[in-house]
Amino acid sequence: MHPSIETRNLTIRFGGHAAVANVSCAFRPGELTVIVGPNGAGKTTFFNLVSGQLRPSEGTILKAGRDITATSPSARAKSGIGRAFQLTNLFPKLSVLENTRLAVQARRGVGPRIFSRAAAWSDLGERAMEHLRATRLDKVALLPAAALPHGDQRKLEVALLLAMEPDIFMFDEPTAGMSVHEAPVILELIETIKQDKSKTILLVEHKMDVVRALADRIAVLHNGALVADGNPETVMAMPIVREIYLGTPVGGEEAA
Amino acid sequence: MTDTSATSHRAAKRFNTGRIAVYAIVAAIGLALMFAPFLFPDVRSQQVAARICIFIALVASYDLLIGYTGIVSFAHTMFFGLGAYGTAIALKQMGPGWDAVFLGGSAGVAAAIILAIAIGLLSLRVKAIFFAMVTLAAASVMMVLASQLSDFTGGEDGLVYSAPKLFSPATKLMTGDDGKVLAVFDVRMNGKIAAYYFVFLSSLALFFAMLRIVASPLGTVLEAIRENELRAEAIGYRVVAYRTAIFVIAAVIAALAGILWATWLKYTGPDTTLSFAIMIDILLMVVIGGMGTMHGAVIGVTVMSLAQFYLKDLMEAGAIATADIPVLPHLLEPDRWLLWLGVLFILLVYFFPAGIAGTLMKKAGE
Ligand SMILES: Nc1ncnc2c1ncn2[C@@H]1O[C@H](COP(=O)(O)OP(=O)(O)OP(=O)(O)O)[C@@H](O)[C@H]1O
Ligand SMILES: [Mg+2]
Repeated sequence: MHPSIETRNLTIRFGGHAAVANVSCAFRPGELTVIVGPNGAGKTTFFNLVSGQLRPSEGTILKAGRDITATSPSARAKSGIGRAFQLTNLFPKLSVLENTRLAVQARRGVGPRIFSRAAAWSDLGERAMEHLRATRLDKVALLPAAALPHGDQRKLEVALLLAMEPDIFMFDEPTAGMSVHEAPVILELIETIKQDKSKTILLVEHKMDVVRALADRIAVLHNGALVADGNPETVMAMPIVREIYLGTPVGGEEAA
Repeated sequence: MTDTSATSHRAAKRFNTGRIAVYAIVAAIGLALMFAPFLFPDVRSQQVAARICIFIALVASYDLLIGYTGIVSFAHTMFFGLGAYGTAIALKQMGPGWDAVFLGGSAGVAAAIILAIAIGLLSLRVKAIFFAMVTLAAASVMMVLASQLSDFTGGEDGLVYSAPKLFSPATKLMTGDDGKVLAVFDVRMNGKIAAYYFVFLSSLALFFAMLRIVASPLGTVLEAIRENELRAEAIGYRVVAYRTAIFVIAAVIAALAGILWATWLKYTGPDTTLSFAIMIDILLMVVIGGMGTMHGAVIGVTVMSLAQFYLKDLMEAGAIATADIPVLPHLLEPDRWLLWLGVLFILLVYFFPAGIAGTLMKKAGE
C-alpha cells in the first residue's frame, strides 16, 4: 500500500538559503509522527510545502501514490490533507461558529449552493457545533473569532482542522500559548484521532513530555535537512539529536 | 444546555436595538416606495422613487463585491450600461415592445456575463489594486465605445425611444363607467403606474434574491474570502472561482437594473448609465449605507438620492425663511448645495464610520 503522504527530495530555497533541503520521507495511516527541530529548522516550511501554501524548488510530493506537487492548496484540502497553522490564521470578523461551519461546508462541498434549503443549513451548523463542543468552544460560538483570548483562538485553529475531517492531520505546535488547563483538551483530541487507525498525523511539538506521550515516530529537522527519523527511543538516543537539543553547536552555525 | 445558551445568544444578537432600528428604517423606506405613487404623486417624486428602487438593486449588487467579498471594481456602471444600452438599442431598432426589451436585455446581460468572466478569470488572481485598474480600463473603453459607435448608441446624445405600450401615459389600466381612466385616491391609473410598479417589483425581487445569496452558504464563503483569502483556500475553497462567480452574479444584477433603468427613463445615454459620476455615487451610497450589510444599500441610496434631489429645494426654503437674519441666507444660497452635500457626507462618515446600517448594528451588538 502507498504511504498516505510521501515526499521525495523535497527542497525549497529562499534566495540562496534552503529552508527545506532534500527531505525524503513517508507517512502512513495509523501513525503519529512528531516533527522536532530548533527554531527555524524548517518545520513550518515543510508543512507549507505539503499543504500547498508554498511550491518546492525541487522534489515531489505524493498523496497515496499520486503526484500532487502541482496542485492548489484548495485541491489538497479537498483531497483530505488538513492543516492547522502555527500562527493563528482565522476569519477574524466571523463568529466562531461561522469559522467552523465554513470548514464543514467546504468538506461537504456545499459552498457554491446559493439557494440551499434551511434544513441543510442547520445540519452544517449542528456538525460545526459538535467540533466546537469537542474543543470546548461551544459557549463562545457566537462571538467573533477576533474577540477570543489567544488560547481559545488556538483551539479554534484546531476546531477548523477537525471540521475539515481530513485523512491527514497536520498540527503545528497546537498547544503553544495555551494554559496548562487548555493544553490537555487538545492533546486528548489528538489521542482520540490517533485511535482511528485510518488517519495519518503529523505533529510539530517542542514539549518533550508531549512528544514522549504521543509519538509513534520522531523526525528531526535541522537547518532544513532530515537528520534523524525513527522510533522515539532510538531517535532520542542519537548523538546528533542530543547535540541539537542541548544547544551545542553543530557545524558551528546554530543560532538561538 | 450549551445549545440553549447559544440560542439565547443568537436571540440577543438578533433582537438588539440597533438591528431593530435598521430594520425599521428599511421597512419604512420599503413602504414609502411601495405606496410612492399615492404618497408623492408629482412627476419629480415619481422619478426620484423609481431611481431609488433601481439604485437599491444596483448598489446592493455592488455591495456583494466590495462589502462581502472585498473586491474593488470600477466597472459596475459598465455592466449597468450594458443592460441599459442593450434594451435601449433594441427598443430603438425594433420599436416599443416586450420582445425588444427581452431580446435587447438578454443581449446586454449576455455581454455582461462574458465580460465579467473574462475580466474575472484574467485578473482576479492578481493583486486587488491591479484588478481595480483593469476594471477602470474596461469601463473607460466601454465609454469610448459608446460615444464612438454613435450610429447604434447615439453617441454623447444617447438614445430616446418609447417603452412598451403598457407603460405609456395614454394606457388606461382601469377605466371608470364613463370609459375614462379611473383615479384611485386622486391618482390616475395609467401606464405610468404600471411602469413604476414594474420597476418597484423587479427591484424588490432582485433585492430579495441578494438577501438570499448573502444568507446562504455562499454568502459566508464570500465573507471568508474577504477576511482571510489564504485560509479560505487552505480549508478547500477555490478563491479565484468564487471571486469570479460573485463578480458575474453582481454584473448580471447590475445589467438587469440597467434594463429597468432604460425602460423607465425611455432615454439611455452615457450620463445616465456609464459615467464615472454614477460610479462614484454608487461608491458613496455603499459607504454611507454600510458595506457588507445589504440593508445599508437601501439606506445609503435613499439618503443620497433625497439629498441630491431635494437639498437645493430645502436650502431655497431655508434662505427665504431666514431672509431677515444677516449671514444665514448667504450660507443657504441654493447654488451652494454641493458644498452642503459635502458637509453632509463628512458628518455621516464621521458619525457612522461603518456606514449608517453598519454602525447602528454594531453599536447595539456590543
Ligand atoms: N516565505 C519565506 N521567505 C523567506 N524565508 C522564509 C520563508 N518562510 C520561511 N523562511 C525561512 O525558512 C527558515 C525555516 O523557517 P520555518 O518557519 O519553517 O521554521 P520552523 O522550524 O517552523 O521554526 P519555529 O520552531 O520557530 O516555528 C527560516 O530561516 C525562515 O526565516
Ligand atoms: Mg514553525
